[in-house]
Parts: sequence; structure tokens; C-alpha cells
Amino acid sequence: MSIDLQQDFFRLFGLPRRFRIDEAALELAYHDLQGRVHPDRFAHLPDSDKRLSMQWATQVNEGFRTLRKPLSRATYLLELMGVDAGLHTNTAMSPTFLMEQMEWREAVEEARAAGEADELAQLHTRLRQHSREVFDDLARQCDDEQDYAGAAETVRRLMFMEKLQHEIDDALEALES
Amino acid sequence: MALLQIAEPGLSTEPHKHRLAVGIDLGTTNSLVATVRNGIAVCLVDEDGRAMVPSIVRYHADGKVEVGRSAGVAHATDPKNTIISVKRFMGRGVKDVAYIESMPYDFVDADGMLRLRTVQGVKSPVEVSAEILKVLAARAQASLGGELTGAVITVPAYFDDAQRQATKDAAKLAGINVLRLLNEPTAAAVAYGLDNAAEGVYAVYDLGGGTFDLSILKLSRGIFEVLATNGDAALGGDDFDHRLFCWALDQSEIDPPSSEDARRLLLKAREAKELLTACEEAPIKATLGSGEKVDLVVTRDQFADMTKHLVQKTVAPMRKVLRDAGLAPEDIKGVVMVGGATRMPHIQRAVAEFFGQEPLTNLDPDKVVALGAAIQANVLAGNRKDEDDWLLLDVIPLSLGLEMMGGLTEKVVPRNSTLPIARAQEFTTYKDGQTAMAFHVVQGERELVADCRSLARFELRGIPPMAAGAARIRVTFQVDADGLLSVSAREMSSGVEASVLVKPSYGLTDDEIAGMLRDGVERASEDIDARALREQQVEADRVIEATLVALEQDGELLSDEERAAIDAAVAATRETAAGHDPRAIKRSTEALSRATNEFAARRMDKSIRSALAGHKVDEIQV
Repeated sequence: MSIDLQQDFFRLFGLPRRFRIDEAALELAYHDLQGRVHPDRFAHLPDSDKRLSMQWATQVNEGFRTLRKPLSRATYLLELMGVDAGLHTNTAMSPTFLMEQMEWREAVEEARAAGEADELAQLHTRLRQHSREVFDDLARQCDDEQDYAGAAETVRRLMFMEKLQHEIDDALEALES
Repeated sequence: MALLQIAEPGLSTEPHKHRLAVGIDLGTTNSLVATVRNGIAVCLVDEDGRAMVPSIVRYHADGKVEVGRSAGVAHATDPKNTIISVKRFMGRGVKDVAYIESMPYDFVDADGMLRLRTVQGVKSPVEVSAEILKVLAARAQASLGGELTGAVITVPAYFDDAQRQATKDAAKLAGINVLRLLNEPTAAAVAYGLDNAAEGVYAVYDLGGGTFDLSILKLSRGIFEVLATNGDAALGGDDFDHRLFCWALDQSEIDPPSSEDARRLLLKAREAKELLTACEEAPIKATLGSGEKVDLVVTRDQFADMTKHLVQKTVAPMRKVLRDAGLAPEDIKGVVMVGGATRMPHIQRAVAEFFGQEPLTNLDPDKVVALGAAIQANVLAGNRKDEDDWLLLDVIPLSLGLEMMGGLTEKVVPRNSTLPIARAQEFTTYKDGQTAMAFHVVQGERELVADCRSLARFELRGIPPMAAGAARIRVTFQVDADGLLSVSAREMSSGVEASVLVKPSYGLTDDEIAGMLRDGVERASEDIDARALREQQVEADRVIEATLVALEQDGELLSDEERAAIDAAVAATRETAAGHDPRAIKRSTEALSRATNEFAARRMDKSIRSALAGHKVDEIQV
């Protein structure tokens, strides 16, 4: 019993430790593992087995949730590589990026104030397109260049963008109701 | 006890004996019980062939409790003691229930959950529900000819922690072993999906008597994965009845009616609603206590018009659930309709319009939930066969969080997280030398704590005095497969710990339940000791059997010494179980359980490694 599977989600799902993953393989492995550890498989067994099952199923869910979303996968990968993306403390960003963010924010604010749902929907699409490009950068930094410090900064940028995306969605939801 | 005649280790222990398990749909208006018989799920019926038990409980002055159709006969003449739609009160206070002013009951507002004053004293909604469950369990035992191993009980997907816990308490009170609380739309999806070998993304639109749920499920290779769920735990067919009832009062210019007349008219309104499913118009005729007559005709269009705001209330959840799942209406392969209220033509029209397709109505919307629950119960009880290689992955419907400074909610577990889930968050002290910290656990999506449901308050005491901000208090939320929450808090440097099963602030305490159980047992003139003994014997048998099966399958994971220790613990448990001391049985069962802990962990590890071996092992070494 050498490695502790609970400690490494990539190993748990039988995936190589990379940012680019085979999503179908992840899902397949997730379903296979839950099929073995889920509490529904242990409902007729003694309480000690049920407890063990709940711990494992919780961990498998946590692992799947972490690896499925690109941003949390990247953060987790960096953590395994010993790089703290420093999401809460290290907020120094390049001036260019900050300018860009301010422009986005102004555009969202204007569309929200004017109640323009179409404009918001367009911003949503454009931002998603843009973040796809940034994710490509991230994949290169992580998997091809092993530039983890650079990747950490890209992760921070993507965090900003995700927050902005949430704001656009909230504004859209508010307009709809 | 036949259960205790177990073979020697190594010999067959009848691992495949069939266990009796049922699925129970504890509905607002009607309840049903179903089981799997010869591989087919069927609803169990009464002597007249009826599957549905009206969810009506009547308390008589002589101590008798009547449930179902016969209890309903008195609903207009004895309204205070005849409780209908009790599900609406589960885990709810007086201020939470809509139209409570027009209800005929004598309410007692208790901390958290309301109570009802009846001729048999003050009753909790949990006790009332337990009466319905008892009748269903009795029907099952009579029909199946044996003692139940357990039951899967369905709850609306949008039920919060308080309502789920209340349902589980009701089962406990009725003496039912709950194998799982299962979400109603998920149960329906199981019945539908297994029946139709469905693959793809499906929506389940479930409008019952008092609750509305909408779930999006992905069905693939035997996995039923709930992607998102939404709904309204206080919207259902009852509201359509009530709207029609108000219209009838309006039209016939009746002063506020007596509770007897209100019940009478409400029933007429419901009958008219049901008639309108098949007919273009329906009469509402009644003679009131005062001799006044109500004589009206309502058309289908009028009814659709006066209830369109209710239909509209189901549209917003449809939009939200799709957004949460990241899907558009055209991604949905089929829409399964569940609940009697979905028979209303204007509901079907609204759903068809939203999803751009005709909903699926080939399963009986009244029975599909109970049937799905029975299929799940059969598997959970241990009757799994090779072809039952399917699994449900469900979610928590509403976010869980803690109250922060300024009355704001901090979300700890987000809605639509797959169960089971655990989440931890760290907090610190804000004053020098602070030795205690209070926590307030809430559920809901709103920013302000006041707009969320309060689940529990608890305190962590005995924190060693430190400078402000130095203590590290980790609060862990664990939500199990039933969707029930437990919370614990721990100061990390000292290890001081506090934990709560999220319960006391709204529901019944364990003591209250124990008290009610005692009362119930005394009334039934059953010996409480005999019951305790039987329960311990059943548990001992369960642990022994599970251990023997495990030894047979994976005995090689143990050294001779370890094996001998487990064999000895099995023998000891078997010996006490043959005796009559429940506490001795409990002690030896627990000892056996402890003796097999490490073995169970190794077996789980082996199973996970063999899953891993099925994938690309060669790629793991990076």
C-alpha cells in the first residue's frame, strides 16, 4: 500500500499529472470509482462500512470537481508542483491587464445601467472567447514550458475574468426577472 | 429468530437471500408504497385494489387514529382533528406556511416547527406523517409476508435540511429503517430511464399536491447524474384548488365561511379542477351550513386564466435550472412529467412551449415516484443483481452557509454540489483572549441571513486565550447521501472540538423522539425491552453476515493473526446475540465492527486500485 490515493487526484482518476486532460477519461474513471465507493453500494452494510464509503465518495466528488473545471485544475496542479497561485495575497498584476479589466468593467456597467440585455449577452460571448485564448496560454505554460510561475500569473488573470463573467451573468439574470 | 441461524465461517451464509424493501412516496395529497416483485416494481394495493392512500390523518377522541380514505370522510365535519396536506408543515413554522389563516387547524407555534392541537393533544407534523408511514409499512408487511429490512422514502428535491430531517424523524417514529431519502424527480427518472433504456439529458417536471421540483439529469451508461435542481417547496396542485375556491367564494359572494364550509367548498373546487382535465367545463355545487347554496360553472379557459400566475411560477425555476446546468432548452432530450397536477392541460402546454417539445406522459404520474423508490430500495437493501449496475448521483438543492458579521451569509457548500460533499472553512477570533465562538448555520441563496432558513446555532467553547486573529477555527460541513448536514468546528492549535447534527433549532430533539417512541410503544402495549432486543439482534446479524461475506471474498487480505481476531469477535457476537441482553449484544457488535475497521479499509483500497488498473496505468507514471 505505497501511495495514498486520497492525496493525489490525478492518480486517483488514473490520469497523467498535466493541465491538458482527457475529459472523457476523467468522467469514465469518476463514474467507475463512484460505482465502487458510493454510499448506495453500502446501504445494507454495517455503520463502519458506511462511514468509510462516505469518506471515499466525498473525496472522489472533491477530486472530480477539482479536476473537471480548468481553473481549479490548474490551481491544484500548481499546488502539487509547489507553486501557490497566491489567489488571496499576491494580487500584483500587469498594468496592461488591469487597464483591460477596467475597460471590460466599464462596458458591463454601461450595458447594465442601460438595461441592454443583448449587449450583455455579447460581452458574455466575447469574454468567453477571450478566456479560451488565455486558457491556451495556460496549457502551454503548464504542459510544454513548465513555466509554473508564469502559469500562476495566468491563473490569477483567469480568476479576475471568471469574476467578471459572474458579474455579467448576474446582471443578465437581474434584467430577466 | 430465523435471521440468527448463521452457518459456520467459510460455509455459505445465504448471501443472496432476498430482503424485503419498499419505496414510499409520502405525498402531500396521496401516499403510496411499492416494492420489486420478481424483478418488476409494483405498487401495493388495499383490499379494494387501490394503490393511493390519501395523506389524511384523523385523531378521534377515544384515542383511535384513522388514516386515509375513511379519515377523509370527516374532513368537513371534524376539520380540527382531520389533518390533510401535513407535508406542507414539515420542518416549517407558522409564519412559513401560505394561506395558514384559511386553514381550520388549531396551530401552536413552537420553536422552529409548528404543532397542531387535536383532541388527542398537541401533535407535531412529524407525528402526523408517522401515522401515514405506519399504515404504509403495515400494508407492505401484510402484503410481503415478513419484516421490512428498510425503505427508501422520497422527498421533494427542493426540500431543505429541516424538511428532510423531519421526514427522516417521521420514519424513525414509525419504526421504519430508512435506507435513503431519495429526491422525487430522481426517483421518477430511475423508473423512466430503466424502463426506456434512456441515454442523454432529461428534465423532470414534478408538480405534486404541494411541491414543485425541476431536475436536469444526465443518463449515461447506467449513471443517473443530477446536473442541477430547482423548484418551490410551497407550490402545488393545492394552490390551484385554493385559487378556484377563492374564485367560487367571490362569485357567490359568501362571507368568510366556517371551517366546515371552507373544507366542503375546497373539496368541490378540487373535484372541478380534476374534471377540467377531461371536460371543457365543470360544476361547483355545494350547500353550506347556513343553507345557502353555491351553484357555479367554471370553464377550462376561466380556470387557466385565474391560475396562470401559478403556472408562471414554475417557469422561472425552469430557466434557472437550465442556467445552473449550463444548458439550453434544445439540449433536453425529453421532459418527464410527474405528479397528479401535471395532468392539467395548461401546465402541459406551458412545459411544451418552454422546452419546444411535447412532454413524456407514458408513465402514470401518480405512481412513477413510488416505483422508482422501490427499485432503489431493492438495490440498497442488498438485493443487487448483475443487471442492476446503475448508480444515482444526486445534488444538494440549496446552498449551505454561515452567518458572518453584519448579517451576511458566507456560502460554504454551493447548491447543486454532488453528494456526499464535505467543505471546510477557517475562521479566527476577533478579540484578544476570546475563548468562545458562536456559529449560525443557514440554508438558501440569499445574501442576507434573515432571508435564508436558519438551521442551527452552536458554540465552540474552550478556545485557549490568544491574541485576536491567532486562533484558527476550522468549520467543516458534511452533507451525506440523504442530503442531511452535520457540522463540526475545531480549533486547530489546541484541538478543541464541537459538533452538531444540524437539528435542535427547528426539529425534534432525540429526546423528544425517544419520548414519542415510548408513548407509541406503550399504547401498542408492546414490550419496549423486546423491541430493543430485537433491534440489537437484527443489527448483530447484519454485521456478522457482512463480515462473513467479506471474509469469503477478501480473506487473503488478512494475516492469520488478524483473521483469528475477527473470527473470535464473530463468535463472541454470535454468542451474545443468542442471549437476551441487548446491551451485551450492542457491546459485542461494536467490538466486531471495530475489529473489522482496518479490514474494511483494505477492501475499499483494493477495490479502488482495481478500478485504477482498468484505466491507463502506463500513463500514470509521469
